[in-house]
Amino acid sequence: MKALGLIAALCLGVLLFYISLDFPSWGDGRSPASQHLSPYYIEHTMEDTSVPNIVTAVLADYRGYDTLFETAVIFSAGLACFFLLRVPERQAPAARFYRHLSTGITFRIEKGGRLPENTGEFERIDSVWVPYDVIISVTCRLVVPFVQLFALYVIAHGHHSPGGGFQGGVIFGAAIILFAISNNLRRTLRRMSEKTSALLSSVGVMIYAGTGVLCIIMGAGFLNYSALASILGVDPVAARSHSILVVEIGVGIAVTAVMVWIYYNLSSAGRQDEGL
Amino acid sequence: MDRFKEKGKQMIWPLDIIILSIVIICGIAAISIKDLLGAAIIFGAYSFMMCLLWSAMGAVDVAFTEASVGAGVSTVFFVAAVFRTTRRTKD
Amino acid sequence: MEAIGSLIIAKYNYWAVIALLLIGLYAMIAKKNLVKKIIGMNIFQTAIILFYVSIGSKKGATIPIILHGPGDSAHAVHAADYINPLPHVLMLTAIVVSVATLGVALALAMKVYSQYGTLEEDEIQKKIMELEPG
Repeated sequence: MKALGLIAALCLGVLLFYISLDFPSWGDGRSPASQHLSPYYIEHTMEDTSVPNIVTAVLADYRGYDTLFETAVIFSAGLACFFLLRVPERQAPAARFYRHLSTGITFRIEKGGRLPENTGEFERIDSVWVPYDVIISVTCRLVVPFVQLFALYVIAHGHHSPGGGFQGGVIFGAAIILFAISNNLRRTLRRMSEKTSALLSSVGVMIYAGTGVLCIIMGAGFLNYSALASILGVDPVAARSHSILVVEIGVGIAVTAVMVWIYYNLSSAGRQDEGL
Repeated sequence: MDRFKEKGKQMIWPLDIIILSIVIICGIAAISIKDLLGAAIIFGAYSFMMCLLWSAMGAVDVAFTEASVGAGVSTVFFVAAVFRTTRRTKD
Repeated sequence: MEAIGSLIIAKYNYWAVIALLLIGLYAMIAKKNLVKKIIGMNIFQTAIILFYVSIGSKKGATIPIILHGPGDSAHAVHAADYINPLPHVLMLTAIVVSVATLGVALALAMKVYSQYGTLEEDEIQKKIMELEPG
């Protein structure tokens, strides 16, 4: 099987090498990819939308329909992970581990046993527990707010610098995942529950689609942002710039919630009682 | 117009060749190593080298996305999956 | 010699992309572990993204964010001074799709492991043959 795979890959390689001799040279300005549509985008972005970042303008305004369905794809990936992995509470194995705080004795309670009350003397621990590390926990708690602030900056500044909705959303989700890794998964679930992340991911897609439907209500086509000029109170060029920001916020919310949701399901194999 | 002359970039080809060779070596190592956790980490390094390559070519938005997605969230997903399944592999 | 040298300089990025495509394809076909196959799939996807991004580069051009100073709204923008932004837009969507596919593929691999106890493809096939002889 390995030899067959190697021979197939090498045949493909020789064929692709022969094809690559016909490609345009690297860095050629007259290659066909740079000829027909992209000069229009480069020259007219500033006067149509007043957004200097050409990639953000093309992604959220000229090709906004594709980005709507890209957001729908990432939402359906989160949904698929949920349906594949999630194990409801009553089917999960119920052996729990507790640790007495003052003496350090750990014990395990099987299914049907009586759990200790929350008196503060016992803490519930994971099955692969290491002793409590102060440095990691405190450092990550100090760092997480700044990472979230940076993520909000990336979303908001996507017009003038590299960035935008998707990048900021992933960084925000990564900040919450950092909190879940350094502290308990159960503590993170108390702050951002699974129901919240599922709800937020669909809210993000709805913001994007709702902006498009609002454009239809105002009289123009779907996702034609210059129709929103009367609501926002500015001229049509600035209306496109502000609508790009609204749409990027929707994408960012959806992506954050989906990253956190997939992490919850992957790291606990669906049971959501202990993480990495 | 002379603002563009000083902003325009030329491709630094020794840097390019070094990063490309590191990328290919990381790719071969990620699929040959027998420890799945090591493969996940080398895959994170491969993603980060790709991000450097794209930012050297001028694709800053793509490099930003790959840095946050590939070298961040994607590596965490791999490590989480390896943690919940097995870590050794025969092949 | 001179012609071969200029050929290599003009096209070596395509050859690097072809090498990465072959590595990814070989990992998907010939490796038996499921996680190795998923890694091969991701290597293949990033190699395709590298190919598209390298098509859009232009010699002597700058990044696709329009230079403008304060109050500088009316100077002409020439397309030859900025690199082509269209492949970047398409590849942003491609990276998003690749992370979505990675999440679902890892979830499937975990489900297979919880059902059969192993991630190696030949052992899984043996267990399927034992369970259903038909």
